[in-house]
Amino acid sequence: MHALWRLAAVAVAAVCGIVSAAGIEDGEKRSGFDFMAPATQALQADDMSNPGMLWVLQGEQLWQQAQGRADVACSGCHNDARQTMRGVAARYPAFDAATGRPIDLAGRINSCRAERQQAEPLAPESDALLALTAYVTHQSRGMPITPATDARLARFRDNGRRLFQSRIGQLDLSCASCHDDNWGKRLGGSVIPQAHPTGYPLYRLEWQTVGSLQRRLRNCMIGVRAEPFAFGAAELVDLELHLMDRARGLLIETPAVRP
Amino acid sequence: MARTLVNVPKVAKQGEVVEIKAMIAHPMETGYRIGPNGSNIARDIIRRFTCTYNGEEVFSADLFPAVSANPFIAFTLVATTSGTIDFTWTDDAGKTQTASATITVN
Repeated sequence: MHALWRLAAVAVAAVCGIVSAAGIEDGEKRSGFDFMAPATQALQADDMSNPGMLWVLQGEQLWQQAQGRADVACSGCHNDARQTMRGVAARYPAFDAATGRPIDLAGRINSCRAERQQAEPLAPESDALLALTAYVTHQSRGMPITPATDARLARFRDNGRRLFQSRIGQLDLSCASCHDDNWGKRLGGSVIPQAHPTGYPLYRLEWQTVGSLQRRLRNCMIGVRAEPFAFGAAELVDLELHLMDRARGLLIETPAVRP
Repeated sequence: MARTLVNVPKVAKQGEVVEIKAMIAHPMETGYRIGPNGSNIARDIIRRFTCTYNGEEVFSADLFPAVSANPFIAFTLVATTSGTIDFTWTDDAGKTQTASATITVN
């Protein structure tokens, strides 16, 4: 009986071995854009048809609006986002000295609101937060992702990699099971992309709205029937750190459109 | 805050067929969905879209619950004279949102 179990374990290990190749070669890296139908690509490529631009425009207005008890707008400190925010999103998440943890762009916007504007934080996935994040990230469109090199981030990035490779949920799948080992194949009717966060916040046709990377990550976790991390959870930021490192060199597309 | 995005060519030749694109941020809530508390989410859709060229209606559309959120409408016009092109979206409550653009015809 014992021998039988051992045989079963070997068989399982052999099956898993087929799908545990590590990572994606640099030359093979492809944005989710490349996996889309031409009609969806056209929707993203034309700023006049890209529905994500509605959020970018709203973000542009919000950038100029004075907020909170300090009655100061984002532009009050940061001036013209087209210059000051250029390239920022390409290197986020960054290390936040105050909390001793990495912080993503949406988190930075909310911490700026709390400390500088003395305003209430914006709710996760609220139009205002998505709009501001989209507007700031849009300033880096076309720039290659170049993750921050801060050594203090290494620990969190490693944790993100560990999370990416950890099997979770009732389906017992890791992110890597699909996006490293089986990208390009089909899951149901859809192509499995490489999961590079190049276009967030992005307009998802399925959502009929703009959503954040965290929303997408939570969707995937629900998909493998795991309990998703809460919005703003430290684990999601760690995962984003790893994903940005993994997507190094790909161009920012915000606002992207995905099916 | 209703947001709109319209695209009209700035300059066109007399008699040229130009493409007009108009998009508005709107949830287009069908009224058939049920919210987390079990009650119906109230219907909230755009009912009508109209486009006028120097005050004359040149394009209109009726919209229904099956139309997706953030409706995007593209159509063509024959550029006849310079002037303004106005867009109006009317929702279930009768509220309207407008946008306009100018075109120079030579």
